[in-house]
Amino acid sequence: MPWDRNQMAARAAQELEDGMYVNLGIGIPTLVANYVGDKDITLQSENGMLGMGPFPYEGEEDPDLINAGKQTITELSRTAYFDSAMSFGMIRGGKIAAAILGAMEVAENGDLANWMIPGKLVKGMGGAMDLVAGVGKVIVVMDHTNKAGESKVLKACTLPLTGTGVIDRIITNLGVLDVVEGGLKIVELADGVSEEELRAATEATIV
Amino acid sequence: MKKVYDSAAQALDGVLFDGMMIAAGGFGLCGIPELLLQAIRDAGTKDLTFASNNAGVDDFGIGILLQTKQVKKMISSYVGENKEFMRQYLGGELELEFNPQGTLAERMRAGGAGIPGFYTKTGVGTQIAEGKEVKVFDGEEYILERGIVADLAIVKAWKADTTGNAIFRKTARNFNPPAAMCGKICVMEVEEIVEPGALDPDHIHLPGIYVHRIVQGTHEKRIEQHTVRQREEA
Repeated sequence: MPWDRNQMAARAAQELEDGMYVNLGIGIPTLVANYVGDKDITLQSENGMLGMGPFPYEGEEDPDLINAGKQTITELSRTAYFDSAMSFGMIRGGKIAAAILGAMEVAENGDLANWMIPGKLVKGMGGAMDLVAGVGKVIVVMDHTNKAGESKVLKACTLPLTGTGVIDRIITNLGVLDVVEGGLKIVELADGVSEEELRAATEATIV
Repeated sequence: MKKVYDSAAQALDGVLFDGMMIAAGGFGLCGIPELLLQAIRDAGTKDLTFASNNAGVDDFGIGILLQTKQVKKMISSYVGENKEFMRQYLGGELELEFNPQGTLAERMRAGGAGIPGFYTKTGVGTQIAEGKEVKVFDGEEYILERGIVADLAIVKAWKADTTGNAIFRKTARNFNPPAAMCGKICVMEVEEIVEPGALDPDHIHLPGIYVHRIVQGTHEKRIEQHTVRQREEA
């Protein structure tokens, strides 16, 4: 059985080490916070916060306290607030150890496309381009194929790029791949997924 | 010099003109200068260019100026929450310049700090880099981005003293300090104006040198996405 959303998030959480400052994207990456266990992880929200807490209880929402997805959240005892210029200063400056992000397409050279489909409604890149250019490690979490069954793990991205050569590791429903010299390397297979199945769902070169 | 004004309309008197560029603070609907935006709508100033991370929603924030067709161009990182925005954009009535969020924040900060341009890795090899100077530092490519100097900055703080020393609350700080810095004139709306000395000088987020006019008002502070968790059973 391929991994489901929660299993992918749990696998991504294994990438995080004690003491890391981490930025989680919207979607499956957000679920990663549920699986960090006892590890001391500080979550950054790029609208200006380190030490992001869980959603508030009903009736305790604060309009002045939201995450980068504009959802109401809470603070922790360790929380620090800052402005957007400082927030992206720490992102661009490489102070954030890792970002876990979703993707529309990834390529064997580490290219990432996750902000724009030409001809469709374009909402903008938000902070994604800054994150992939700046953070220590970029981990992509996504389904291996699209709804039509076509591979999202490509030789070259077809969609407009978010960043070039920025991805370190790709975690999909079928397994874990690293971007290495010459292509992608299989690090791990999801439970019950064979190497043949993963290769068949992958357009990129596997070395 | 008196910085405190009685209303948002008075605080903007004499600083608005057609075709001007306005830098606005806020992220989503959080920490936006909602009263000053309403006053700009009422003033009817046209052909505005806004440097603002987002464009509000249809009936709140910058969205109210889109309904009255007062906006010519947006410089933003994310605009997804606004149907009227999309209608005008797809219809060719509205210009849109996408900036990566951190690049937009740094463009404001730099503009306010007297830095006309800076090099960044963000956007290298993407559409954002098209037409921009590329320079190699230590073997890595960077693109040149320009500082923004706006005709006017409109921002929202939590509290300010009468000299403009301001503090923000939680994530409502966001783009407000860099936007304030890059305005030739900065008008700030606050929830509470206090006397000098009431705020600890060590706790000031934005010094009053960046703030020219202040107005106190009542804020709706709309929440864009209510997300809550269940209480554990006792």
